[in-house]
Amino acid sequence: MNTAFAGNQISIEFLYLLASALFILSLKWMSAPKTARHGVWAGEIGMVAAIAGTLLHHGIVDYRSIAIALVIGSGIGIPLGLVHMTAVPQRTALSHAFGALCVTLVGTAEFYLRTPDVPRFIMAVLSMEVILGSLTFTGTLMAAGKLQEVLPQRPLTYKGQNLVNLSLLAVAIAVAAYLVLNPGNRQLFPAMIALSLIFGVLMIVPIGGADMPTVISLLNSYAGLSAAAMGFVLDSKLLIIAGALDGSSGFILSVIMSKAMNRSFTNVLFGAFGQVQASDAAGGGEARTVRSATAEEAAGILAAANRVVVVPGYGMAVAQAQHKVRELYDSLRKRGVEVRFAVHPVAGRMPGHMNVLLAEADIPYDQLVEMDDINGDFPQTDVALVIGANDVTNPSARSDQSSPIYGMPILDVDKARTVMVIKRSMSPGFAGIDNPLYYMDKTLMLFGDAKSFVNGIVHELSGNTH
Amino acid sequence: MNSGLIDGLFVFMLAGFVGFEVIRRVSPLLHTPLMSLTNALDAIAVVGAIVLVGEHQSKLAYGLGLLAVVAATSNVVGGFLITDRMLKMFKTSRPTKP
Repeated sequence: MNTAFAGNQISIEFLYLLASALFILSLKWMSAPKTARHGVWAGEIGMVAAIAGTLLHHGIVDYRSIAIALVIGSGIGIPLGLVHMTAVPQRTALSHAFGALCVTLVGTAEFYLRTPDVPRFIMAVLSMEVILGSLTFTGTLMAAGKLQEVLPQRPLTYKGQNLVNLSLLAVAIAVAAYLVLNPGNRQLFPAMIALSLIFGVLMIVPIGGADMPTVISLLNSYAGLSAAAMGFVLDSKLLIIAGALDGSSGFILSVIMSKAMNRSFTNVLFGAFGQVQASDAAGGGEARTVRSATAEEAAGILAAANRVVVVPGYGMAVAQAQHKVRELYDSLRKRGVEVRFAVHPVAGRMPGHMNVLLAEADIPYDQLVEMDDINGDFPQTDVALVIGANDVTNPSARSDQSSPIYGMPILDVDKARTVMVIKRSMSPGFAGIDNPLYYMDKTLMLFGDAKSFVNGIVHELSGNTH
Repeated sequence: MNSGLIDGLFVFMLAGFVGFEVIRRVSPLLHTPLMSLTNALDAIAVVGAIVLVGEHQSKLAYGLGLLAVVAATSNVVGGFLITDRMLKMFKTSRPTKP
């Protein structure tokens, strides 16, 4: 080893060390909105340092190909970074898929470069990298398809589904175990990948739209773990650190999401939410009356209120009503009405989905209140206005032990003096569960598209001031 | 098992704990940008792919590496871009000094 080469190696390691530190700082600064943008900069500088360090590797001869690939990748990345805010959940799922694809491809290339002389531990982590990478790749693609609604959002279940899925995964792991003992078997490696790819698809088939926040977080965690496994294969501490950070982030988010739904991971992955209740809801169809109201009546009640809490849900995102909601917020504030927003952790299709949409509409984030902080305030609230949220407001989660969502923490909107629910029709939500909130005496149903109905209320409110 | 792997396990364990402690403190307000940021950071896997392309050890490794660099770079660029776009939107009602 000559000195120039050793010097190079030190520079590389130093740049990787710098990148690792910046990545940790980047996440640390994400803790509060004030410092969060510094976090992005730290991450960017770290990424540039890491890539610069990699280009110093003595073995690299073909810089042109690298440059071309970097340019093409950026060309794909820029439009993906500019998507509309309502498309963020599917974009996130798609980028998990790209990350997992990268890890799988690198793992595959490494296997064929190293076979048949692969030490057992390396072969084991390499298999883990490739299995996790492949199943995350197809799984997140499926999730993105469901979120984009090119695939049906309803869960698809059949008898023995879990058995089929788990045996598929078991076979993939058995193949991996065989490869650990016989790393020279070049033919078996693609079989392991194929099995994992199929498992990824089948894993998401029974998962419904309402479970997406948990599933996306879990897949995020898998993507991180596969990157960490890749770090072991390549003996790169930087990759191990980045993978561990991403893995723990995904893990924490999945724990928060499943707690907010009062369900375990296994229940989310193997429970197939919607299916069971669809039949339940059909059975309990006794005629109960609901009170509906017009935009004019709703505007009158809102204008007379002192405290209003808006509860946004996926319906607001679908109707892209957040900007109209902002207008409603403004016109009520002008009348001296206190307006706050109650955000349930699993409202929408990914963690934090509602906060981003409301922030996009310029609603100050200090008016967005978490579930635990606002639930105590509902009894003193004059009007709870539910916009496109369903299950997260369902009081049977508190009282009805037979309900499939029993025990799930909910927003206690039913304790407000008046409840108004903007909803397209009386059809049950994604989970297919009937919501007794709608039949309460103090509840007014506002039937219609969220965007046009809110617009109607805003119109009425501004008409009254003249 | 050589010492490099043991070192790796130590690093993984420590980074896991650091990640856990740091991310636990992230406000739920920012969970969406958090996810897109970690996504961009996770695309650090691009370094492994760059080496595959640059070293050009076999046609297969080169081809797979190229695809991997493209996939990861799109995550780096897109991930940082959208995270920053989202974070720019978060404003308080209290006036803050510019």
